[in-house]
Amino acid sequence: MSRRLTAITGILAASALTLAPALAVAQDAPSGTITVLTHRTDRIEDGTLARYVAAFNEVYPDITVQFEGLTDYANEVAIRMNTPEYGDVLMIPPSVRADQLSTFFEPLGTLDELAPVYNFITEKAFDGVVYGIPTAGNASGFVVNTKVWEAAGVTSVPTTPEEFLAALQAIKDQTDAIPLYTNYADGWPMTQWEAYRGSISGSPDEVNDLAHIDDPWGEGRDHYVIDRLIFDAVAAGLVEADPTTTAWEPSKDLIGTGQVGAMALGGWAITQMQAAAANAGASADDIGYIPFPYQVDGAYYSGAGGDYHMGINIHSGNKDAARAWVTWFADESGFAADEQQIPPRVDGEFPAALAPFQELGVRLLLQNPAPAGEEGWVDQIDAQAEIGLWQPQYRQRIVDAARGASGETLEAIFTDLNTRWAAARAEVTGQ
Amino acid sequence: MRSEPVQGVTPVPAAHAVGMPLSMRLRRAAVPWAYLAIPVTLLLVFTYVPIGAMFSFSTLEWDGLSRDRPFIGLDNYTEVFRRPELFGVFATSLFYLAGAFIQLGLALYLAVLLSYNVRFRNVFKGIIFFPYLINGVAIGFIFLYVFQPDGVLDTLLAGFGLEDHQRHWLGERGLNNASLASVSVWRYMGLNFVLFLGAIQSIPHEILEAASIDGASRWQQLRHVIAPGIKPVIGLSFILAIQGSLAVFDIPYIMTGGSNGSSTFVIQTVDIAFKFHKVGLGSAMAVTLLLIILVVTGIQRRIIRDDPVDISQ
Repeated sequence: MSRRLTAITGILAASALTLAPALAVAQDAPSGTITVLTHRTDRIEDGTLARYVAAFNEVYPDITVQFEGLTDYANEVAIRMNTPEYGDVLMIPPSVRADQLSTFFEPLGTLDELAPVYNFITEKAFDGVVYGIPTAGNASGFVVNTKVWEAAGVTSVPTTPEEFLAALQAIKDQTDAIPLYTNYADGWPMTQWEAYRGSISGSPDEVNDLAHIDDPWGEGRDHYVIDRLIFDAVAAGLVEADPTTTAWEPSKDLIGTGQVGAMALGGWAITQMQAAAANAGASADDIGYIPFPYQVDGAYYSGAGGDYHMGINIHSGNKDAARAWVTWFADESGFAADEQQIPPRVDGEFPAALAPFQELGVRLLLQNPAPAGEEGWVDQIDAQAEIGLWQPQYRQRIVDAARGASGETLEAIFTDLNTRWAAARAEVTGQ
Repeated sequence: MRSEPVQGVTPVPAAHAVGMPLSMRLRRAAVPWAYLAIPVTLLLVFTYVPIGAMFSFSTLEWDGLSRDRPFIGLDNYTEVFRRPELFGVFATSLFYLAGAFIQLGLALYLAVLLSYNVRFRNVFKGIIFFPYLINGVAIGFIFLYVFQPDGVLDTLLAGFGLEDHQRHWLGERGLNNASLASVSVWRYMGLNFVLFLGAIQSIPHEILEAASIDGASRWQQLRHVIAPGIKPVIGLSFILAIQGSLAVFDIPYIMTGGSNGSSTFVIQTVDIAFKFHKVGLGSAMAVTLLLIILVVTGIQRRIIRDDPVDISQ
């Protein structure tokens, strides 16, 4: 318990109650075969998931667990969900809106029951009913190579975007490292910037409020500050020479060996970068994690959220066994600890990888669920406007503008985004 | 057409078939269908059924997941045509179209060259065809390293003392589409090459021999014997090339994801259907592309008539 952030106790855990058994385990020991659909093909290949199954079988010897790994997980699963054949347990793909959960997933309990036990549980709940248990959770921030930052003479963690840019500039001037690596070409790393929303306002309703404003890119708003930082960093030449030819796997080595100073990635990436550093002959200790450079009343806020949530296929023929696996995986597997992510359980150990956040007193900020009647609005507006807050396109466009490839100005992009958001918002919400 | 039976092949007298037992006649009639069953089934299941489904999706307002998918008639098509920006990406296709002409020219040149008895000709054939066999994702990776700053291409240029010509091959707008189109040429030229080579080799050798005895140069042989001889294949290749450049997808999708102005109509369609969850609108765009391709192909078929080939005159 001592390792837990004070902040997480306050924000994530509404109360530190004595824990009731998380999900009722059926009286007769469940048996049979279940199929688990997962995006973690890497953990199938390296045998980690098989190890979890072995431990699971000590408790439930009669259940056989099979995995089906999908590399383009979110898209492929969404297509398969048009049939009843989407495994027994699966990671709930992001395209399922809250109001659609009950069509596809078995109810796992009520919010009142489960919220004291699990973190991030409101993310996959609708009408007070929970449909998904998180595998783990993530803080948002920048993975940094502390050696590079020290070599550049940067000793304190930046508290404003200006200080952050000054630190990147110092890295550029004092070292040979690329200050900030965008990972533009792979696309998805550009979406990691979206997780910073809330870090500027410090508001747990930052996302819900988007359904009520016409200018998410208006001056001073979260998206304005975040996207302006990308633009300024690129425009000042503080990123790789040609963002269009970056590559994800080699980028781990680049930051591990001090050829890159910082990358915008969720907390899940810390262990991967540490492993890369160790593999390349450097030290895992070189990898650090800092929050988005913005403070509200002297405190950092890090937008935090659940990683994939496990749900049970409503058409599953073996729901008892599926439920046993989901509960066991969240409670006993130690997956989140192995990945150094925020634990799914409220009483779980906070990961050592986020110790730097603890020292800085970073407050993890979890977004509130949408108010009744507004569920899914933000996602619907986003899709209707074809902006894609969690898609790479619009931030790639900002990078293109900043490096002078497209001839657009940041103001023109922000105006365009605001216009499209406002039009889509009117259509979706009728306001 | 000759009306008399071809020498050496005895035509089956009609009476013979009639005299067969019924079961054998049935079996004989069934044989071609049995052979056709597999390809036809595959074609139906993987081409015609999905196209039919796509037509029906294009009349729905659907996010790809919801059980609730209201029928909205032709509204998606109206939206497609009310948004001219959706067609702006066809400008990208021009790069691939230019690439396609270069590709066909090169393929024809190499096919003619290797139709003669060149040393190591099979090795060259293999080398030229090989890129077509490489998986698209692997090609994406290979060329990422080629186009990176200080990558293979820049190093080669530096090796020839051409440092001044080093560029951000994927970073500069316009140039990136040319780079991607050249990858496409590299990848697909082998296929055209094999088609041309096969066609050239089917031209009776005596005709070429006669031409060369009559004093025709290599160029004249190409112009007056080979080119007319393989005209249907050239025509088909042009049709495929233009279709291909209208429907470019894999190389830009893998290498740039359509970023930095390299998006194409198909990438845009996929984005709208699967990233913005407008499966109805995406399907309508796909149908629109299908219609555009049908029209363009129709026009081409008018221009390039596939008359029966007769090079003996």
